[in-house]
Amino acid sequence: MIDVNRRVLPGFGLSLGYTMLYLSFMIAVPMAAGFWKASSLSFEDFTRAAFSDRAMAAYWLTLWTSFASAVINVIFGGLVAWVLVRYEFPLKRLFDSLVDFPFALPTAVAGLVFGSLLVEGGWYGRFLVPLGIEGAYSRLGIVIVLVFIGFPFVVRTLQPVLESLERDIEEAAACLGANRFQTFARVLFPSITPAVITGFALAFARSLGEYGSVVFISGNMPYKTEIAPVLVVNRLEEFAYGEAAAIACVLLAMSFVTLLTINLLERWSARHHG
Amino acid sequence: MADLTTSPHPIPRRAHEDPAWVRWLLIGTALAVMTFLVVIPLVNVFVEAFADGLAAYWQNLVGDPDTLHSIFLTLMVAPTAVILNTIFGLAAAWAIARFKFPGRAALTALIDLPFTVSPVVVGLFLLLLFGLQGVFGPWLREHDIKIVFAFPGLVLATCFVTFPVIARELIPLMEALGSDEEVAAVSLGAKPLQLFRLITIPSIKWGLLYGIILCNARAMGEFGAVFVVSGHIAGKTDTMPLRIEKLFQEYNLPGSFAVASVLAMLALVTLLVKTTLEWRTRRDLEERKRLATQGGEA
Repeated sequence: MIDVNRRVLPGFGLSLGYTMLYLSFMIAVPMAAGFWKASSLSFEDFTRAAFSDRAMAAYWLTLWTSFASAVINVIFGGLVAWVLVRYEFPLKRLFDSLVDFPFALPTAVAGLVFGSLLVEGGWYGRFLVPLGIEGAYSRLGIVIVLVFIGFPFVVRTLQPVLESLERDIEEAAACLGANRFQTFARVLFPSITPAVITGFALAFARSLGEYGSVVFISGNMPYKTEIAPVLVVNRLEEFAYGEAAAIACVLLAMSFVTLLTINLLERWSARHHG
Repeated sequence: MADLTTSPHPIPRRAHEDPAWVRWLLIGTALAVMTFLVVIPLVNVFVEAFADGLAAYWQNLVGDPDTLHSIFLTLMVAPTAVILNTIFGLAAAWAIARFKFPGRAALTALIDLPFTVSPVVVGLFLLLLFGLQGVFGPWLREHDIKIVFAFPGLVLATCFVTFPVIARELIPLMEALGSDEEVAAVSLGAKPLQLFRLITIPSIKWGLLYGIILCNARAMGEFGAVFVVSGHIAGKTDTMPLRIEKLFQEYNLPGSFAVASVLAMLALVTLLVKTTLEWRTRRDLEERKRLATQGGEA
């Protein structure tokens, strides 16, 4: 049928050609430039720039804050997706639409707002700071904005999968004597595992590269609250282009490894649970 | 083993329903999460922006020539990027949703790339390509063409970060619609342009419109990539999100929140349009299915 399409429908060559041209102009050419710049450093210079103590601290911070926020998002996002799919409650449509708000809101606005909420005297800081919880200019603040940024990705990945679950299976499980918790743990959870992994991955990958919101809230102190993208910009502002490119290449490699791992995990879980 | 005859429930609830207390506990927690994560921040933007009254708010937006210019610049950059990405989105969706070819899956994955690559890295790569010390730097300077730290650089950076949006909206929609009508139109002698104008566009119009609006929201709000290539020349290359950052650095919080409130409003309008259009798309799809089954019966 698809082959019929290629014989019948017009524009295959034109649309594919244009797509490839646009993509190579947008992706391939700039990337080549990045690697060219990074490779203009000698091997020693590259490792010194890319794996300095400050850079290692930044990668580590980027990785664990992204991981923590993705874990939190899987729990909260999973809960919200479940509630939106399974239960009826007032204002459900409104809350359903608001899930996409973090995706539509510019990241700079998100950073600005969470900064003002979490500082001492802000709407949240007023209650949290006396308890010793410093949200603004801290690592906690980074995790909080990353949770905000990644939230819609998890919910929107899980929602269609939860909707497509057959209720009969749950009834069958109950008939066979499983209680509700067992049904969830042994029947429901395995069938949504691939979606959970995808949602986690999307939120994690998105957090790795996030810049706009974090720069407002983290305070950007080297070794403490400086994430890798901020370090790239700081190096640029010192006109250290080669060093910036070296760190950018490591960051890019982290994104690719994440994508690859996720793809393998998805395949593995589709084979074992699907 | 549950014994149905001695079940404590006089009327057993359906086996896939949770007890009421579980239900309300989960709903309550979910709504609390949404409230703290989304609703309160949203309210906070407007409260902070209007804290000194309407007149001060207006003055913050219009009274500052640099802020005014940033609004103007965003209104120039975002639509340019949206137009380029709309053409790309249509071409990519047509190629991917209508034809099978080797490398189709790889191409789809490639389109998602900007979602995972850090915008800062994108900006940096553009800088290394078109900046003064970049690959094309000397050539560009000879011919007196400015890309980085100028309008074209802002458009390029915005385009990269937002190009998947429209394509991702259209590909699943066109796959769901199928190509029967288009094949029928061509076999009835429709020219490519007629096919496009009379069959394809009308059937994807709501999805396309939503893609364009979402792409526009992302384009107007793009920060990281634009931050790197703009050079932050106030009154020249500062877009609205960059202006927010600059005012924030200058401790001008009311000014910063005034600009932020405009962008938050844009996000709200985007959500409103999304909700309306999704409802329409679903209705159109159901209508098609109904007509198709009727046609099949007749």
